[in-house]
Amino acid sequence: MTMSQQPPSRRDARPPASRFSAMFRRTTPAAWLGFAIVVLYGLIALFAPLIAPYGEAQVVSSVPFAPWSQSFLFGTDQLGRDVFSRMIYAARNTIAISLAATVLTFAVGTTLGIVSAVAGGIVDMVISRIVDAVMALPQLIVILVLLSVVGSSVVSLIVIIGIADATNVFRLSRSVAMNVAVMDFVEDARVRGESLTWIVFHEVLPNILSTLVAEFGMRFCFVVLTISALSFLGLGIQPPTADWGSMVRENATLISYGDVTPLLPAAAIAVLAIGVNFVVDWFLHYASGLRDDQ
Amino acid sequence: MRLILKTILERMALAVLTLFIVSVLIFSSVALLPGDFAKAVLGQSATPETVAAFQKQVGLDRPASERYLVWLGGAVKGDFGNSFSSRPGAERSVVSIIKPRLWNTLILAGLTAAVAIPLAISLGIAAALWRNSWFDRSVNAGTLTTISVPEFFVAYVLILLLAVKFPVFRPLSTVRPQMGFAETLENLALPVITLTLVITAHMMRMTRAAIIGVLGSPYVEMARLKGAPPLRLVLRHALPNALAPIANVVAFNLAYLIVGTVIIEAVFVYPGIGQALVDAVRTRDVPVVQACALLFAVTYILLNLIADLVAIATNPRLLHPR
Repeated sequence: MTMSQQPPSRRDARPPASRFSAMFRRTTPAAWLGFAIVVLYGLIALFAPLIAPYGEAQVVSSVPFAPWSQSFLFGTDQLGRDVFSRMIYAARNTIAISLAATVLTFAVGTTLGIVSAVAGGIVDMVISRIVDAVMALPQLIVILVLLSVVGSSVVSLIVIIGIADATNVFRLSRSVAMNVAVMDFVEDARVRGESLTWIVFHEVLPNILSTLVAEFGMRFCFVVLTISALSFLGLGIQPPTADWGSMVRENATLISYGDVTPLLPAAAIAVLAIGVNFVVDWFLHYASGLRDDQ
Repeated sequence: MRLILKTILERMALAVLTLFIVSVLIFSSVALLPGDFAKAVLGQSATPETVAAFQKQVGLDRPASERYLVWLGGAVKGDFGNSFSSRPGAERSVVSIIKPRLWNTLILAGLTAAVAIPLAISLGIAAALWRNSWFDRSVNAGTLTTISVPEFFVAYVLILLLAVKFPVFRPLSTVRPQMGFAETLENLALPVITLTLVITAHMMRMTRAAIIGVLGSPYVEMARLKGAPPLRLVLRHALPNALAPIANVVAFNLAYLIVGTVIIEAVFVYPGIGQALVDAVRTRDVPVVQACALLFAVTYILLNLIADLVAIATNPRLLHPR
């Protein structure tokens, strides 16, 4: 923690070229693979309508559960919709909803966490006790209870997961911000008479950013897995919207005939999670490596 | 000894307090119901009269604090009231829905714990003993993959391999009261293997990390210089001091196991409490959801309490205070 005491601008003092070479030296094959996976998923999500041969909810065949063929790459599902097209649209839906939920998680969790650490006293105590109580329940149970009350829709999914998951981010950002909040430059800002908002966003946040970025990746994975699990249970993203979790559920009967089609969407989730994990690992090494160089 | 007793009592009081707050949280999620809730349960065609009758039946016309006390009083006695699915003349109590399923889930979770905990701890110890060997590396890589994969993926891969391609086990798990132990085992094999794979990974990695952490401390270095063999070094010197973090991670994973059963029960169509919870959420049967959530919370808090107590009871510093 002693290193973060230096002003953050110090990191940019080195010439850009050597910074990039340092970055590439530390890029392992696993990290490249992770990057490739993340970029690929991102492109598929962005350009889903251009890539998919058929529409998301378009019934293209009168044969339900048609086998793999030239016209239907992964066959058709229980309503005769093209599985390949739906997987591509699912990438878009799952990633967009997960990203929105993760962003909300961090907006709520980080703000409350840093405010808690900087303000201290009664504010810190009240927020911390509430978070402790929520975390005394398993997360999936919290989400299920809230879903049973407000019902499942895209907005309620994002808000509920965003709030339920914010507790983890709160704990992390609070504990990291605690270390920064006692430093001289924060005290200096306090004496200068800066507002709480200024201290939170201009003094503390930049210094804990690298930890938060790594955590963002991990949380994103977790949210993708949660949403897929909910959709798999039939409580998440509702049909006819395509989603990897619900696709597994819809095609599950094929498993008993030895068909691997239901495994494809599940594998799509797994590959994304592993890819993001690789990138996060690389980032953690890279961030800590930079600190060693200074 | 007094120090230990005091710490233990403190932890237990804290657990009771947490449980109280959690019960308030679970209950208030319903007290804050949006207005159209009765419509959502009764359907769009509900007349104002039926809505009013439903609210009276559920008790929404009384103040929230009173309802909470009635609910908590009933819950302590094991009475969670009636499910929303009960109609006049055909009452269905929450307990009658949950009770048989709770037993099924306990069997599933108990069997998994009995397999997974010894397996994870011995794998962790072995990996710590032979660090950076091929064994360590392959176990590490294997566990890393099972961590980042959704539970239902593991479950379906196992069904495909062990029930369809090579029909060793049954793809669906049913339990009947008159089933013998051997038959129960055969029926539950696949869900137990799946859950074991899912929770062993984390436990094993934490066990390895905890032991390696202790192996770096000076007193272990001392024992090594004295010439203690590696196995004795790990089991006799390192393990007792690593027990607290291991107990914690075991409790955490058992708690996770409870959540994992929700999904695994759905895959194997197993009539457990997780299925009851999912069905209740789908039909928005709030009393059942509350009862299940409270049960999960109690188990979760109890497990954490036990882990704390184990950590206290095995802490050499607390056992032999200076």
